[in-house]
Amino acid sequence: MKAKVGIDERGLRHDGRRPDEMRPVSMKVGVLANASGSALVEFGKTKVLAAVYGPREPQQRFMVLPEKAILRVRYHMAPFSTTERKSPAPSRREVELSKVIREALEDVVITSEYPRTVIDVFVEVLQADGGTRAAGITAASLALADAGLPMKALVASVAVGKIAGALVLDVDEAEDSVGEADMPVAAAPDLGLITLFQLNGVLTEEEVQRGLSMALRAIEQLVAMEKTVLKQSYEVVEE
Amino acid sequence: MSVTPFRLPVIPALKRQSYLSLYKRGVRDDGRSIRSPRQVEIKVGVLDKAEGSALVKLGNTQVLAGVKVEVTSPFKDSPNQGVLVVHAENVPLASPIFEPGPPDENAIELARVIDRSLREVKAVDLGSLVIRPGEKVWNVWVDIYVLDHDGNLFDASMLAAMAALMNADLPDYEELETGEISLRRGVGGRKIKVDHMVVTVTTAKVGSYIIVDPNFEEEVISDYRLVLAFDEKLRIVGAQKTGSGGMKLEELQEAIKVSKEAAQIYFKVLEQARGGS
Repeated sequence: MKAKVGIDERGLRHDGRRPDEMRPVSMKVGVLANASGSALVEFGKTKVLAAVYGPREPQQRFMVLPEKAILRVRYHMAPFSTTERKSPAPSRREVELSKVIREALEDVVITSEYPRTVIDVFVEVLQADGGTRAAGITAASLALADAGLPMKALVASVAVGKIAGALVLDVDEAEDSVGEADMPVAAAPDLGLITLFQLNGVLTEEEVQRGLSMALRAIEQLVAMEKTVLKQSYEVVEE
Repeated sequence: MSVTPFRLPVIPALKRQSYLSLYKRGVRDDGRSIRSPRQVEIKVGVLDKAEGSALVKLGNTQVLAGVKVEVTSPFKDSPNQGVLVVHAENVPLASPIFEPGPPDENAIELARVIDRSLREVKAVDLGSLVIRPGEKVWNVWVDIYVLDHDGNLFDASMLAAMAALMNADLPDYEELETGEISLRRGVGGRKIKVDHMVVTVTTAKVGSYIIVDPNFEEEVISDYRLVLAFDEKLRIVGAQKTGSGGMKLEELQEAIKVSKEAAQIYFKVLEQARGGS
């Protein structure tokens, strides 16, 4: 029998995780040949691909800034990524998420190195099981680094939810559907900056603080993992 | 696709230093303190054809909200609930930076943040919007129309949406033999049941300062804005960081503190608008 979504008497969640435990995370970089940089990130069953193209000349010549590169971000869900087929046309949710994901990355990419160009970041959700924007931001951070772009720091993201009165890390779809609150957070721990902060639901000030420290701890681990994966992507040349 | 804004006016950037030197003395260019919202004015019932309406002035920012209702089928997973939809338009007459066309990411974000904040705290009792369970329910549309953009569209729009909802009437109706519902628009007086009041408070980080209720120029020179939604008990019922800059944890803590104070000012004005004016 499938475990009830919530927290059981042992203090565990429906999939056996502790409240502050993430799903198994997998990160791969350089997964696409054409892109300047790419990454595939999995949070449990959530599977998100990100690719970076550029810096390059924009198709629309007016779309430039004289002092820095423009960042263009598209978050998109594949039609087969959800239980019911998702229409490939961009939804209002996808428009909003593209915006907040762009804003989560703007502060870390050193765009002043490439004035009058555009850097494209494409995030494709291949399988959605909760936390797609978080996995997407994490993948985008890896793809930007994989593209060799100068960055002040790496970014990672995770959501904190509230289920049956308890704060839990990295909510999956089953938990999200019964959750009382969902608080996605992205941060660049090396800069001490929170680059995405949203709350959908009701939380007290104390819960916001506690949830945030839970998320920031996990983000530190995710960024450490990003660094390991990026280092491993380079071949070691014997001296 | 979301693109780094590349057509923002340059004047605010040139005035940045003068803004910062004012903040250092704790004031703004219009004389208010860095922690005070601008003068708020709410007029309700400004339109006859809409079931509910409100015009909000927040300084020079003006937002009109109209509530229209229609009869619809409920969603399959909530047969005993009406439907609430929030939509926002940045009308081109409101600002030189607005273009005609379908809502852009800013208008969509505005509508979605307001929608979520109302929904999560169950501000509108959707259960009271049922005509025939599983078959006919009220669909309540809240259309936010930005008329003049001088910054802080979130707070002005939330006030307008709340005030319009609190003063909206559901029209009388007749159930025809065919089962159809025939509305008598303009007749009736059953109010939409609004159980909770919600306000948002927007703060902006400019230089090293957290300022409440930024005007348009202050928004342009800000690193980011933080929109916090509160219910009457001052619980946090929604949040959104908007803008490209990163936020420090201490800044969030400070923003929560100052936003709670501003929320109480908004609640007072909203309370006065309840029940018409």
